Amino acid sequence: MSVVLFKAILIIIIFLISLTVAAYSTYAERKIAAFLQDRIGPDRAGPFGLLQPVADGVKMFLKEEIIPTVSDKLLFIAGPSIFMLTALMTSAVIPWGKPLEIGGKLYALQVADINIGILYVLGVVSLGVYGIMIGGWASNNKYALLGAIRASSQMISYELAMGMSVISILLMTDGSLSLNAIVDSQKGMNWNVFYQPVAFIVFLVCAFAETNRTPFDLAESESELIGGFHTEYSSMKLGLYLFGEYINMFISSAIIACLFFGGYNFPGIDYLGTILPRNIVSIISVGVLFGKIFFFIFFFMWVRWTIPRFRYDQLMRLGWQVLMPIAIINVLVTGAILTFFGN
Amino acid sequence: MNSQVIFLLLAAISILSALFVVFSKNPIYSVLWLIVCFFSIAGHYVMLNAQFLAIVHIIVYTGAIMVLMLFTVMLLNLNKASEPHKSIIYKGTAVVTGGMLMLVLLAAMRSTELSTYSVPAATEAGFVQNVGMKLFTDFLLPFEMTSVLFIAAMIGAAVLAKKEVH
Repeated sequence: MSVVLFKAILIIIIFLISLTVAAYSTYAERKIAAFLQDRIGPDRAGPFGLLQPVADGVKMFLKEEIIPTVSDKLLFIAGPSIFMLTALMTSAVIPWGKPLEIGGKLYALQVADINIGILYVLGVVSLGVYGIMIGGWASNNKYALLGAIRASSQMISYELAMGMSVISILLMTDGSLSLNAIVDSQKGMNWNVFYQPVAFIVFLVCAFAETNRTPFDLAESESELIGGFHTEYSSMKLGLYLFGEYINMFISSAIIACLFFGGYNFPGIDYLGTILPRNIVSIISVGVLFGKIFFFIFFFMWVRWTIPRFRYDQLMRLGWQVLMPIAIINVLVTGAILTFFGN
Repeated sequence: MNSQVIFLLLAAISILSALFVVFSKNPIYSVLWLIVCFFSIAGHYVMLNAQFLAIVHIIVYTGAIMVLMLFTVMLLNLNKASEPHKSIIYKGTAVVTGGMLMLVLLAAMRSTELSTYSVPAATEAGFVQNVGMKLFTDFLLPFEMTSVLFIAAMIGAAVLAKKEVH
């Protein structure tokens, strides 16, 4: 099997997994919300309501498609497409597990191991805002425009603190930006979160802001802006926006797991490597990574149904006056410790 | 697909999108075409093995500066009806200055030699580690000067934007 063919299959599998996880995240979100609010949640479609995402998807596709006559039609359609595209692009640099051995050759479970891995993630995240901005502006609706403007200023503000918190991780891994190298450096239980708890908290808060999740969902706050940037959207275009948010959440969880929780590493991975065939260990490592990802998806939902929405000035103050200085001081302290005390 | 074909494609995209920036009637479309143009330029950096430069170009220009630009254009709500009528003097000066710029560009281009496309050498000079080492050794003074300049600009913008408290 050639490398190109393997990568093509891997891309398709990751694409399908992203969509499946996103679809079942909507189900999980409703079930968790129901659990936290002492309700039952969706239970009509299939056993335990497990077919609910399928029913929702069919509903989205069959609903009437409305494009406002005063909108800019081309950009109105481009908005959700760009949002979905950028949401799916980030998964290219994530190492999903240890390499697989097929026919005596090793195949890395990562689409592209580029040496600027984490910068690529930050770059694509910063592009995510275009989908929201273009869609919000093209709707030609004041609420949509307000939502789009909120989203863009929020995402630009939190990107800085996010990038700063990543720098302290990079200092720990000898300055390599490749996600593969970052994950490799956290063998066993040697996870970055134990050395960089402050960076982890800053990154986590920023991840909430970048994915537009409560308590930072000012861009679509339904009590103020009706639906924010997607007020005018209906049918599957709305579906793409909602779906994109869940894919963003999935990818953010994967990035958090890779940067701070050792990615596919787990305690005893080396010992298992000596007693089990290589491919079995690889599959276990993929399972471990997904376990961590699912925990963080759950965490995203847990927070959403626990903490109320911030006010906009509070959001900006938190980003610029709290997280940003903390992240910079953290970089300074990490650098000082590494310089004066070695490792 | 060899690298010459990719280069030609990227070059065509860069030039066409740059032309669309100028010729678009709607300022929003101008901004969007400029974003496409920046992407193709980032592609050129990748072709030259300067991955770091490419991704920083995307993060800084398309990810931050163009978002702010789009932001401004959206808030201004520019359209044909609100376009101010420009007097003949403005138009005349615009033509003269544009012509002068073209003269400078033509003079600069006359001295360049047209050569055939050659595949860029596979260097690692554009990788993060090497760029960082260069910046903090050979180019330390210009690098620090630039950061001072940026700090000055940031403080200046904050001072200008801040409301006076009485």
